[in-house]
Amino acid sequence: MYPPRLRYVAPKSLDEAFAVMAEYGDDAKVLAGGQSLVPMLKLRFASPAVLVDINGLSDLAYHRAESDGSLRIGALCRHVDLERSALLPDRYPTMAAAAPQVADPIVRNRGTVVGSLCHADPQGDWASVLLALNGQVVVAGKDGRRTISVADFVVGPFQNSLAAGEIAVEASVPAAKGTPYGSYLKLERRVGDFATVGVAVAIETSGLQISRAGIALTGVGPNTIQAIEAEQALIGQALEPDVIARAAGLAAGAARPRSDHRGSAEYKRHVVETFVRRALSSYRLAVPA
Amino acid sequence: MTDAADEHRITVTVNGEPHAVEVEPRLLLVHLLREGLRLTGTHIGCDTTNCGACTVLYDGTPVKSCTMLAVQADGHEITTVEGLGSLSELDPVQEGFTIEHGLQCGFCTPGMMLTAKALITNNPNPSEEDVRWGLSGNLCRCTGYQNIVKAVLWAAAKQHGHVAETNGQGTTVSGRT
Repeated sequence: MYPPRLRYVAPKSLDEAFAVMAEYGDDAKVLAGGQSLVPMLKLRFASPAVLVDINGLSDLAYHRAESDGSLRIGALCRHVDLERSALLPDRYPTMAAAAPQVADPIVRNRGTVVGSLCHADPQGDWASVLLALNGQVVVAGKDGRRTISVADFVVGPFQNSLAAGEIAVEASVPAAKGTPYGSYLKLERRVGDFATVGVAVAIETSGLQISRAGIALTGVGPNTIQAIEAEQALIGQALEPDVIARAAGLAAGAARPRSDHRGSAEYKRHVVETFVRRALSSYRLAVPA
Repeated sequence: MTDAADEHRITVTVNGEPHAVEVEPRLLLVHLLREGLRLTGTHIGCDTTNCGACTVLYDGTPVKSCTMLAVQADGHEITTVEGLGSLSELDPVQEGFTIEHGLQCGFCTPGMMLTAKALITNNPNPSEEDVRWGLSGNLCRCTGYQNIVKAVLWAAAKQHGHVAETNGQGTTVSGRT
């Protein structure tokens, strides 16, 4: 209905934010987009003593490609910023595919990528995408910064590895070494529903061979699932139908879905297989003449 | 027990008018608008940030006011449905919803209209798909969306001066110039 009593601070600098976070420890929660946190407060699933509103830290509102080719996403980069970004489609196609499918257009105006990773909802889309891309999170506190792989940052349902006093300030995607191709396929009963199944595929090719493969699954397990066997089955292979079919089957095997009102476990596994096959079959490799 | 130190003094501009108010940090923006300022055009339709009935414009951008704290609006501009136009001078969105019968019970309508307003301002020539996609954060249980889409296309045509044609059945159809 509405949040429990709490205090609210809107720091004007990261240092100020760290000071408040250090004072309150585990009792402080960062407020960025609020599109996951405020609903939790309204349902009384979260009851922090203080909210630290970082929306005034405009230096964190960025996304850019670094000179080394990596993609850096600041803590105040909203989903809509990536949806509208001209930078993404060619160089970071999995990101470009996912951004328009997160939640709904109004939520995308406020919600943030970094916040989504911190919230660590097993149904969250960005965790799968960043996992498939071998992404990382930069975490900062008054004692300095550290970089954590997304796999190590999202540790369980709604559990991240932030220590008390720390704020996630950036997510990053490493530069592609080969030619990147990617998709995010999401089945939902209606916009804004939890994904019945989501599949992130990110591959890189060198000539006609796959040099890197990332496949991660949303909504078919207690957490985001990285389909490691399926990834490994693609390395060094060409995108032939039999290779694709094998990887799709392995990805479906990695899924651990539950039967519920969105579908049976068997159905969801079938969707995983279909989506992986569809994604891999859709790439038209650009081979130099 | 309310600690007076927990109350924040904020100034929120709503429909062009500044309001200086004292609020608890946990007060939702929608509650400030509806109960603090008695602007009840903004509706509460769910408890899960799904329905979009509470949509207002925050510095021109559609946001779900049930999912924002009033303190976050300090120093910002809010537009509610009451601020769209006036009886003597309807906003093109209001005209469109009238002419194309874009509502039945009207509960989702304020949110629809504000999202639509931002949509047609940012995209002067939206396709039907643009409109359906753009409104996908606003749910309607009555209309099946058809007349809502027509209303928004009508409004885009009116706001941006496209050629509007009638289809011979008393309904205007947006043309494309």
